[in-house]
Order: sequence, then C-alpha cells, then structure tokens
Amino acid sequence: MHSVILKTATRLMVGLILVFAVYLLLRGHHEPGGGFSAALVAGTGFALFVITEGPGQVRAAIRLRSTTISLLGLGLAVVAGLPALSIGQPFLTGFWWGPANAPWLGTPLIFDVGVFFAVLGAILAVLLALEEF
Amino acid sequence: MVHTDHDLLTRRCRLMGRLSSLLPALLFILTCRFWPAIVDGQTYLFDAPWLPSLDLSLRFRLDGLSLLFALIITGAGTFVSLYSSSYLGGHRHCGRYFFFLHAFMLSMLGLVLADNLLLLFVFWEGTTIFSFLLIGFDHESKTARENARQSLLVTGGGGLALLLGILLLKIAGGSYIISSWPAAGEMVRQHHLYPFILLAVLLGAMTKSAQFPFHFWLPNAMSAPTPISAFLHAATMVKAGIYLLMRCHPLLGGTPAWTTALVLIGGFTAVWGAVQALGPRDLKRILAYTTIMALGILTMFLGGQTAPALTAAVTFLMVHALYKAALFLAVGSIDHSAGSRIIDSLGGLWRAMPLTAVAVGAACLSMAGFPLFFGFIGKEIMYEGALAKEMYPVFAVTAAVLANALMTAVAAIVLFGPFFGSARAPRQQIHESPWTMWLGPLVLGGVGILFGLIPEWVSRVLIEPAVRSFHPGPEEIRLVFFHGLNLPLLLSLVTLCCGATLYLLRHRACRLVATVVEKLPATFEGLYNLGLSGFMNGAGLLTGRLQNGSLHFYLAVIVSTVILGVGWPWIGKLSGIFGRWPESIDTTALALLLFVSGSVFVVVTARKRLAAIGGLGGVGAGVALIFLLFGAPDIAMTQLLVETLTVIFVSLVMLRLPAIEQARRRTVRRRCLDGGLALAGGLLLTSLLIGVGSEPLDRSLTSYFEANSYLAAHGRNIVNVILVDFRSFDTLGEIIVVVLAAWAAVTLIRKPMEP
Amino acid sequence: MEPLLACLVGLLFAAALYLMLSGVLIKFVFGLALIGNGINLLIFAAGRLELQQPPLIHPGSEILSHPVANALPQAMILTAIVIGFAMVTFLLVLLYRTYAYTGTLDADEAPFQEEWREDDSCPEPLIRTQQDIKRLRRESEL
Repeated sequence: MHSVILKTATRLMVGLILVFAVYLLLRGHHEPGGGFSAALVAGTGFALFVITEGPGQVRAAIRLRSTTISLLGLGLAVVAGLPALSIGQPFLTGFWWGPANAPWLGTPLIFDVGVFFAVLGAILAVLLALEEF
Repeated sequence: MVHTDHDLLTRRCRLMGRLSSLLPALLFILTCRFWPAIVDGQTYLFDAPWLPSLDLSLRFRLDGLSLLFALIITGAGTFVSLYSSSYLGGHRHCGRYFFFLHAFMLSMLGLVLADNLLLLFVFWEGTTIFSFLLIGFDHESKTARENARQSLLVTGGGGLALLLGILLLKIAGGSYIISSWPAAGEMVRQHHLYPFILLAVLLGAMTKSAQFPFHFWLPNAMSAPTPISAFLHAATMVKAGIYLLMRCHPLLGGTPAWTTALVLIGGFTAVWGAVQALGPRDLKRILAYTTIMALGILTMFLGGQTAPALTAAVTFLMVHALYKAALFLAVGSIDHSAGSRIIDSLGGLWRAMPLTAVAVGAACLSMAGFPLFFGFIGKEIMYEGALAKEMYPVFAVTAAVLANALMTAVAAIVLFGPFFGSARAPRQQIHESPWTMWLGPLVLGGVGILFGLIPEWVSRVLIEPAVRSFHPGPEEIRLVFFHGLNLPLLLSLVTLCCGATLYLLRHRACRLVATVVEKLPATFEGLYNLGLSGFMNGAGLLTGRLQNGSLHFYLAVIVSTVILGVGWPWIGKLSGIFGRWPESIDTTALALLLFVSGSVFVVVTARKRLAAIGGLGGVGAGVALIFLLFGAPDIAMTQLLVETLTVIFVSLVMLRLPAIEQARRRTVRRRCLDGGLALAGGLLLTSLLIGVGSEPLDRSLTSYFEANSYLAAHGRNIVNVILVDFRSFDTLGEIIVVVLAAWAAVTLIRKPMEP
Repeated sequence: MEPLLACLVGLLFAAALYLMLSGVLIKFVFGLALIGNGINLLIFAAGRLELQQPPLIHPGSEILSHPVANALPQAMILTAIVIGFAMVTFLLVLLYRTYAYTGTLDADEAPFQEEWREDDSCPEPLIRTQQDIKRLRRESEL
C-alpha cells in the first residue's frame, strides 16, 4: 500500500503495539494478559507492518527467522521445566527465586515467555509466507 | 561392472552365511553341555518376571523333551545356514534372509524352552510371522506372496484359537506354568470347559502341523527357498504343533475325545498325505506331502497313552527330522546343480553328484524303513505302539502300514528318479555342489545310519528323557536293534512288499492319484480361496459404498451417527429440562445474543465473500463480549485478537480464491436434508447444555486452584496460573501443536513455488 | 442465563453444520470457525455463569475475598481459541493448495471424485505464479 499517512502512522503504531505486548506479557501473572494474548497482540502489530511495508522489510527488521523464534519459544518452555527435575520434582513444577513472600523470578514466568515466542513465531511464519506467495 | 557387483554380493553372502551359522552351532554346543545332566533326570529353570499382572513371566525350562527339540533346531539350523550361504549365491536380500532365518530359529527355540504358556504363545506367533516372511521371501512373485498369505492366515487363525484355548485353560483352573500341569490334569479334564479347551488347542496344533483339513498350506509353502523348506517345513516349525500336543498330553490327554480325535485325524492325514505324494512331479512337493504324512503319524501316536505309542511318536519325530531335512537340502542341491526339480527331467545324477547321491540314499533308506537304518527302529516301535488296546488297533495299524508302504514307494521314487536311469543332460554341465551344500545332507543321513546301529544308546540318552518329561510312568522305554520274530516285524515285511509293489505300479498310481485329486468336488483349499475372495469382494463393496468420495456423504453420516448415538439415550431424559427459564434476563446479554445471532445469519446467507468475512468477525467479537460480560477478561481479549488475525488471514487467502458467488447452490431437496440435520444437531446441543446446567457442578478443582494460586504459585491471575503452572504440561503440548500447524501451513504455501 | 446461551450454542452449531454440509470448501472453513466459537461457549456455559467477577486475587490479599467466575473452563477455552486459530489457518492454506491443484472448491465436482492414479503420480498444479491466479480468477468470473 502506498499511503504516506498509513506508513508514517504504522512506524509509530508498531512500536507502541510491541511495547504493549511486552507489557501484557509481563503483567500476565497478576492481571489479565499473559503469553498467549501478548503474542497475538504482537502478531497483529506485525500484520500491520507487513501490510504497509511488505514482507521483505519485516524480515529485515526482525532479523531472526520465524521458525527460529518459535523453536526458541518451545526451548524456553522446556527449559522452564528442568529446574524442578534437578531436585526430583515432576517436570514443569513451579520453582521461584527471590524472597519467600515476594519472589521476583519463577519458572512459570520463563514458561510464559516461551509461550509468547512460540505463538509469535507461528503467527509470523504464516503471515510472512501468506504475504510472499 | 555388473559382474563384479554380483561377485561382491556372492562373497558377502557367503561370509554372512558362514559367520551367522556360528550362532546355531554355538547354541548347539551350549545345549550339549546340559545334555548329560538331563539324562540323569535333572531339569534347568530360568524365571524372571515380565508382566506380572498378566501372569506372564520369562520362564524357561530345559527338560528331556525341550532338549531333544533344541538339539534338532540348533543342529539343523547350523547346517541350514551353512547351506544357505552357498544356495543363495549373490541374492540381493541376503541380510534379510539370514535375519529372518535366525530370528525364526530363536523363536522356535524360545517356543520349546518356554515354561509359561503365554510366553510359548508369544514365540508361537513369532514362528508364524517369520515363516510368513520366509515363504514370501521371493516377494516379487505373486504366487510366493499368495502362498505366504495363505500360510499366515491358516496358522495365524489357528494361533488365535490357541490363545482362546490358553485363556479358557486358565479359567478352568489350570495354570500357565507348563511344568505344574501333571498335578492339575484331573481337575481340568473334569471341567465343563474341557471340550472347548481341547477344541481350541487342537485347532492351534493342527493348523500349525498341517493336519487334515488344514493341510493344504504346507505344499504351497514350498515356494520358500529350499533350505527354508528343510528347516521350517520339515524339521522344526511344523513340529511346533506336535510339540504342543506332547506338552498338553499330561493335562488334556487320556480322555476318549483326545484319543479319538488325534488317532482318527492323524491316521487319515497320514494316509491322505502319503497318497497325494504319488501325484506331483516336483520333488519338493512330493516331499511336502510326505511331511504331511509324517505329521499325521505323529499326531496319531500322540493319541495313545502307553509308553510304546508315545515312544513311537518321539522316535519317529527324530527319524523324520533327520531324513526329511537331508532330503530337502539334497533336492535344493539338485535344483541348484541340474537346474530342475521336476522328476521327469532328471536322471543318472549319481555320477555327477556322488556325495549328494550317498546322502539321499541313506535318507531314503531310512525313510523306507530298511533294517540297519534308524527308520527301521522307528517303524518297529510304531507298530508296537499301534497294536496297543486304546488306539483303535485295526484302524491305527492299517493306517500305519498303508502310509509306510506308500512312503517306501515314494522313497524309491525320490532315490531312483533323479539319480539312476539315463542322464537327461550332458554330464559336464552338472557338477557336485560345494561342500557347504553336501555336508548337511551327508551328516544328517549318516546320523540316520549311526542311530540305527546303536538304538539302545539313543533311547537311553534322547528318547527316554523326552518321553519321561511328558509321560512319567514306570513302563520301560527302550529301543532295541532286533526284537526277534514278532507281529511288528511281520508288519514291516508286509510294508516293504507293498511298497515295492506300489513302486513298480508307480506310473499307474500316479495317474490315478492325479485323476482322483482333480475329480474331487470340493477341496479345503478351494473353500479357503472362496472364503478369501468373498471377504475381499465384501470389503471392496463395503468400502466402495462407504468411501464414495463425497464429502457431503461422509459428513452426513458422521453427523447423523453422532445425533443418533448421543440423542437416542438422551431423549428419555428430556422432560424436566425445558420450562426452567431464568427469572430475570440481563438486557446487555440479550442484546449481545441477538447481535451474534444476526451475524450468524449473515455468514450463512452471504452471497458475497466480504459479507461472510464480516459476519464471521461479528460472531467472534460478539462471543468475546459475552466472555467479558461473564467475568472472563483473559479469554475475551484473546478471542478479540484471534478474530482480528483470522480476518486478516482469511482475507489474504481469499484474495487468491474464487468468489463464493460462483459456488453452485444446493438443490431444494438437499437444502431440506442438510437443514434438517443441522437443526437436529443444534437442538441436541442446546438440550444437552441445558441438561448439564441442571446438574450440580463439582467446583473442587477450581477451589483448589483458587486457594493455591497466590499462596503456592505466586500469581493473582488464576487463569494464567493454571496455564503456566498448574497445567503447564498441557500448555506445552498445545504450543507444540500451534507451532507444528504453522510450519505445516508454511510448507504447504511454499512448496510449488520452489520447484 | 444458561438456557439463553444454550440456544445460541445450538444456533452456532446448526449454522456451522449447515455450512459444512454445503460441499463448498470455503463455506466449510467458515463453518469450522463458527463451530469453534460454539464449542468455546459450550465449555464456558457448562462452567456456570452466575458469577460475573473475573478470577483475580486483589492486590494486598492472599486469598480470594469474594466469589469469582469459574477459572478452570476459562483456562481451557484460552488454549482452545489459539489452537482453533492455528487449525483454521492451516485449513485455509490447505484450501488454497487444493484450489491450486484442482481449480475448483466444490467438493462435489469431478477432481475430488477421481480414482487413485495407477502410477501414484501427482497432477500438475494449475497455479504456480501470480499470473496463474489472475488468469483463473478471470476465467471463473466470465
């Protein structure tokens, strides 16, 4: 599409949308949000980007291949299950670091980030392929 | 180039065969080490649990009978694999062949060593499968494939019957542990399930051991490579049924039903097999029919309960294994050297193949039962056994004499046909086969003579321990070289005379048999073929009717099945569901419902693509708002975002697809039909959901999550905590599915663009 | 409220079935999307609708201080939505690929009823480039 207004607005919008996605992802454990919705928000942002700038630009912008992103996500999700294994708990049992009453990092958070990347990679893969064929 | 490849293959094949024959040879030596202790009356037991819940254990036991079988299996196995290393030449699938061969051998060994009936069944099926693979080894030939299938269906069907028998046996108070059977015998024989157990076990044994009327698969199994026929279909596998009968003897044997069934079926099979052996001109087929005869004789004698009858069975088992394996291997050599197995096109081979001729001579004389040969000893004890009171002596003696006389004639045909008379091909073209191929027949034939000279020793170290292990009794078990002048000796003389006469009349007899077999109105093989083709046609008809390629038909069948299957039991409980309407209706919710309904209407009736996509978006958004209204912000958000992306994707694909405006409209009749089905499905769902709502709800799981969400999992958003912590393994599976679906879609999109 | 929602679920199902039975593959995908929505609503309604508060624990408290909506079906539906989306996407692409090979989207037409070819060969695709798509669309609109 060749609309200057759309193009200019898109630049701004995509950035905002991605920031919003990260916000949704991080607050997901306590407020509505989480990996799935964050990935869908980011996917929508990229869809806008693809429609205005074309798939080539998007590929250049994200650098990583979309399959790599989804593999990264799956890998993170699996890695999140490993600490529990090391102390003899079932795979994927939650595990937290930090003060006992307010821990700041836990394997469920890593898992959620994994979900985010896996779903985002899947959406990007289809989106780019559909635009290119 | 091709030549070199072939040479390479030949060499590789030879190496493979010789190396792999070390396996049975080592096993043979190992078995021999246990031999002296077994003769002293010891047994060896190995027991390890496998599936305790099914009473299935890896329980192996070596006693006299197992030892005899193990020696035959490993001994014949050694010669057969050695023989195969030359016989196969440069066959492409050498490795496959030796794998099947040794896998079969190990299954067979497991079968005779297993002391747990279920374990025995596992190995039993193993022999069936490897026999199937070996008969169909030449898989490019249609006949070989069909014959393999036939043997699989017949013996596999028998295997199923056997399994049923095993399970019934367990119910009847028996045990899977074979060595505990003698104690349980009386209880099982009195049980009201006994006739069914007997029938099932006999079906299993008789299909495997090719008894009438299931005998037809064995001659057809001759499409296997000849060493395989020697090993499986003469020396070992077909004896599995006999082995089973021997093992079952203390448990199931001794009743009138057992004796009658075995004696009559065995006797008839023996005579009918021997008669048919006169018909064919192919040496292998002739031998196959004589194998049927031998199996019949064995079955017949297992019907008896006296020591002589059972000794006769065990002795003849050895006699037969020795001479039949030798003969099959020799026939393979003849085929290999002279290029034919048809008896009419062979003659005078003894000059060219002297060693093979000696081996065949020894084997045939043993088969005919000449004095000095082991076959003679076997025949004497056979007649002694047949004269026992409970064996229907007249029938048994007649059957044995007839079968043996025919056997003598066949032995003469097999010996004289190819090796004597005028040569049919120039001598220099035919040569003796390599040592690997004459060694086996020669040793096996030689053992036949040796055992004939020292029967007392053989009976002490082999026969007696074997018989004692399934027929413990005080009776004396002894083979002797010469019994003196008695009735068995007289019968032997009669047999030889009849055999000689039959040999002289062989051409006439052959024609007669051929005519009779041809004139039979119905054979069991014909019945089998009829059944098989009927089954195939039925399956084809059914598939053609059900899988007719129409998506509409499939869906209609699925939907109506679900509606009927779920709706039919549900219909009785319908009353009491309707009429419970809520007192107050939320107006926002009502408005949303109407909005979604309108969008659905748009999707269904749309004649324009864009309208349909818009309607779909409307439905999604409406549903999302319903979620939001009833306290589910997480899914409302996800749903809205998914709807957005769906609309984007649908639009991207739709750009490349034809407009739905062009789609054909359904006929009015089909519209009514589809509409009726759809309406019924919808009504069913509505009523089900209302029904679910009127039942009490179990919230214990939710309560657990609510109580532990923050305290144990440090999260305030319970839905998210369920997803990433309580049920995170499920979520992992789900994201894997999502990623795989996306990759599949990408592959589908890209494929033709990158030729 | 459940009975009303149950009627909506029934309507979604009926509409979806009617579309899927049409034999036009695009409508089939539409039907599948509708049925996905119907199932999600079904699970949601089966978890009861009396409580309208979202299942969140308020900051400051460690346990729920008030009754909230059932969280369990919500978690199930959330993943179901995403999987349904992946499924519909895959079907859309499959649809396109089918069209590229057969030139039609009517499941009752000849190319779908074809017997297996003897030599297991694949038919040549009708669409390889963007030009093919344009040409086919022109032809179909004539």
